[in-house]
Amino acid sequence: MPRFVGKSFKRVEDPRFLQGKGSYVSNLQRPGMAYVAILRSPHAHAKIVSIDASAAEALDGVVAVFKGQDLIDGGVGQLPCGWVVPELKLPERWPVIPDVVKHVGDAVAVVVADSPYIAEDALDLIEVDYEPLPVSLGARATTEYRAPQLHEGIPNNTAYTWALGDEPAMRKAFAEAGHVVTLDLVNQRLIPNAMEPRACMAEWHSTMEEMTVWTTSQNPHPIRLLLSAYTLGIPENKLRVISPDVGGGFGSKIFHYPEEVIVPWVARAINRPAKWVSTRSEAFMTDSQGRDHVTNVKMAMQKDGVITGLHVQTWADQGAYLSTFAPLIPTALSITLFSGLYKIPGIWGEMKGTLTNTVPVDAYRGAGRPEASYLLERVVELGAKKMGMDPIAFRRLNLIPAEDFPYQTPVAFQYDSGNYQGLFDKLEELSDYNQLREEQKAKRAKGKLWGVGVAGCIEASGPAPSALAGSLGSAVGLWESGTVRVHPTGKVTALTGSHSHGQGHETTFAQIVAEELNIDLEDVEVVHGDTGRIPFGMGTYGSRSAAVGGSALVRSAERVREKMIKIAAHQMESRPEDVYFDDETRNIKVRGATDEGMAFGEVALAAYTAHDLPPDLEPGLDETAFFDPSNFTFPNSAHLAVVSIDRETGEITLEKYVGVDDVGKVINPLIVDGQLVGGVAQGVGQALWEHGIYGEDGQLLTGSMMDYAMPRADHFPHIKTGRIETPSPTNPLGVKGAGEMGTIAGTVTIANAVMDALAPLGVDHVEMPFTAEKIWQTIQSHSDS
Amino acid sequence: MGVNVTMNINGKTHSVEIAEPRMLLVDFIREEIGLTGTNIGCDTTQCGACTVHMDGMAVKSCTVLAVQADGSDVATIEGVANDGVLNPMQQAFWDEHGLQCGFCTPGMIMAATKLVEGNPDISDEEIRHGLEGNICRCTGYQNIVKAVKVAAQAA
Repeated sequence: MPRFVGKSFKRVEDPRFLQGKGSYVSNLQRPGMAYVAILRSPHAHAKIVSIDASAAEALDGVVAVFKGQDLIDGGVGQLPCGWVVPELKLPERWPVIPDVVKHVGDAVAVVVADSPYIAEDALDLIEVDYEPLPVSLGARATTEYRAPQLHEGIPNNTAYTWALGDEPAMRKAFAEAGHVVTLDLVNQRLIPNAMEPRACMAEWHSTMEEMTVWTTSQNPHPIRLLLSAYTLGIPENKLRVISPDVGGGFGSKIFHYPEEVIVPWVARAINRPAKWVSTRSEAFMTDSQGRDHVTNVKMAMQKDGVITGLHVQTWADQGAYLSTFAPLIPTALSITLFSGLYKIPGIWGEMKGTLTNTVPVDAYRGAGRPEASYLLERVVELGAKKMGMDPIAFRRLNLIPAEDFPYQTPVAFQYDSGNYQGLFDKLEELSDYNQLREEQKAKRAKGKLWGVGVAGCIEASGPAPSALAGSLGSAVGLWESGTVRVHPTGKVTALTGSHSHGQGHETTFAQIVAEELNIDLEDVEVVHGDTGRIPFGMGTYGSRSAAVGGSALVRSAERVREKMIKIAAHQMESRPEDVYFDDETRNIKVRGATDEGMAFGEVALAAYTAHDLPPDLEPGLDETAFFDPSNFTFPNSAHLAVVSIDRETGEITLEKYVGVDDVGKVINPLIVDGQLVGGVAQGVGQALWEHGIYGEDGQLLTGSMMDYAMPRADHFPHIKTGRIETPSPTNPLGVKGAGEMGTIAGTVTIANAVMDALAPLGVDHVEMPFTAEKIWQTIQSHSDS
Repeated sequence: MGVNVTMNINGKTHSVEIAEPRMLLVDFIREEIGLTGTNIGCDTTQCGACTVHMDGMAVKSCTVLAVQADGSDVATIEGVANDGVLNPMQQAFWDEHGLQCGFCTPGMIMAATKLVEGNPDISDEEIRHGLEGNICRCTGYQNIVKAVKVAAQAA
């Protein structure tokens, strides 16, 4: 019986956060530290004619002012792109722009001062003469022949085109279709807004020529690699990157940002520690943003409603430059999911990655998969409507049967495991679905706008194996490292290349290691986020930590266990096959023997004293594994929402939300439920409120939390969660990702509910977010009176 | 052009000559006193991460000048636990998994503590409305609401 895995434990990391002792980068100080502030472009597209920094330089307390060319002359490199699809055209991107700015917020000059207040003052004293250039906006509009060109050598502002699937099968499906439904839709721009703004601090140790960088990253090792190989040029063995407590990421802290180059470069240039902390206003115009797809989708069905084909064309706005993983999101993380939960023989997806004068777009929670789920589950909803079928019945008709796993889709992926009918069984039960439909009839009879929306979603999480990732464009491997280090006293340090920024790894990973080694949870300390302490690791994104990082720790713990058995067998003069970890006493014992065996700590000490080890065994008890799974995992879900709409105001009230998820085996149910509920809130946020809006001059109109609608506590009802469990065969824990499904399913579930509510008015589709004003306009334009 | 500011923070009197009369209370607490538990999450008084108590009221310390707090009693998250023993609100956040990344948590706890004062039977609706000025991006608020309710009854 597992003692730890599968059980809810309170998080071991919480006491420090609850007492205000979190070590976020903005809280850190170094002696003699200087403060960095960055002058940002107020124009979306403009030539920098001249910069006069003399008044800023003269201000008391200003240490230095640097311009783009200073950094280039000082050896910085361009920010690279880590996902290279075929024939990718890569825009130039300097950390500080020397010539032409391409979005509001581009860095133009860097001030270094003795205090943050002085640094801010100095920014106001810098005079920049800009020559404004015409602005190009809109994922699709930017590709038109009249659109201003952003980058030399990138015609039609199109950085890449990509397609995947079985085009002939798709053509056949449409040629033979009984019914076709089509939909044009926009998956709007979102702004991630992790609560901790990004920050970076650096210290140059001049005598050793070593640099330490503290940065708010989800993946410090890849950042060190990019700093070393591309942007800063300090050798990896002289560069330490630390991401201590990080206050949320949601994808936005994966990427290599200009400030991570600027701050260490400054620290070396002035030979003083330096720190930059983003304001929220800066975050709005510099943190990579999410979504922004313009799509046309067509679905072919037989006369009986069986789906046979799907054709999708999408224009994905990537912003002004290609952020670190930007080309991955609309391609290998989106088109690959177009099959959803369904058996669809003919799928063909085409994608254009386009450039505009906006903040770069990259992964945001769900990253490509919410976009896939949104277009598919919206068009499936229209299919059900066309067939006059109940939306769940229509989905059930098309679901991949449980006996078909592993299931090969026409879009590259092989799904690992699932029981999709079971998801909907559970959803109908938990939501009292039939009763809801009865209730709806009664409400509609009274003229109420009251909708029930469902969606069934698939996710690919824990991107792997590295060979597949490489074939899809990844410049890096997607394995993870884990080290289990048993100290001579029997205390254990677990080092993971995954990074926790809210997910609770210090707890779940300790559960995994304690389980494997038959020790107490308190005896395991999980360490993450420091390249100086941990073997190279890939970090946290794509809901990969448990499946890949957790599995690496299972492997290394297994090796520790095997070695301990050999040592114990030798010491107890027995054969290793007769030695076992005893659950009851926690000792390591010989089968059938009556004595107490050896305590865990005794064996650990024996490994280090090395006075009496088997002849072929090295001393020490420290094992590292690099786990590269055989496949992604495929979490799946069926969610339901109930909304009511006020006819007079257009205001939507979310009355009920139920989510049923299959995330495989669960390590800590408390934490998994927390991830799912939090994810749903973000998904609902996109459907109902959130929208990053640019004016026609490229100004971000939603540039603060006063203008960008963040979900708040009083926006939500109680979110009910349920689970079914089909273990993933691709990793030893049987887990699938749990971090993103809520967000993937939440958005389209709400959209389907809102459209269901508006159905009596003859409304098929409204673009998100469903603000009261937009819904009110829709009601007005569809009312008879 | 320095100015002297004196305030009592978590029961201890601090008298500091600050160079910047325009210094925000949150910067005073974080940079001058070195209590970094109070976080800064926005610059428009929206997120509530910087909530502290000033003379018995929950205030967003990014929107109070240090000089305005001169002579005040200020309580921050660092003063909530007693010798490492969590108070009922902190304990409830821990028990109910009311935090994930932890960044909004200090402000959330300071705001929630004032919200439930004298209202042990506070409803979910009142809690949700009362915490409308504190943004959390991780939890979807559900476990925060649960925690606050538990703490209200325990206090």
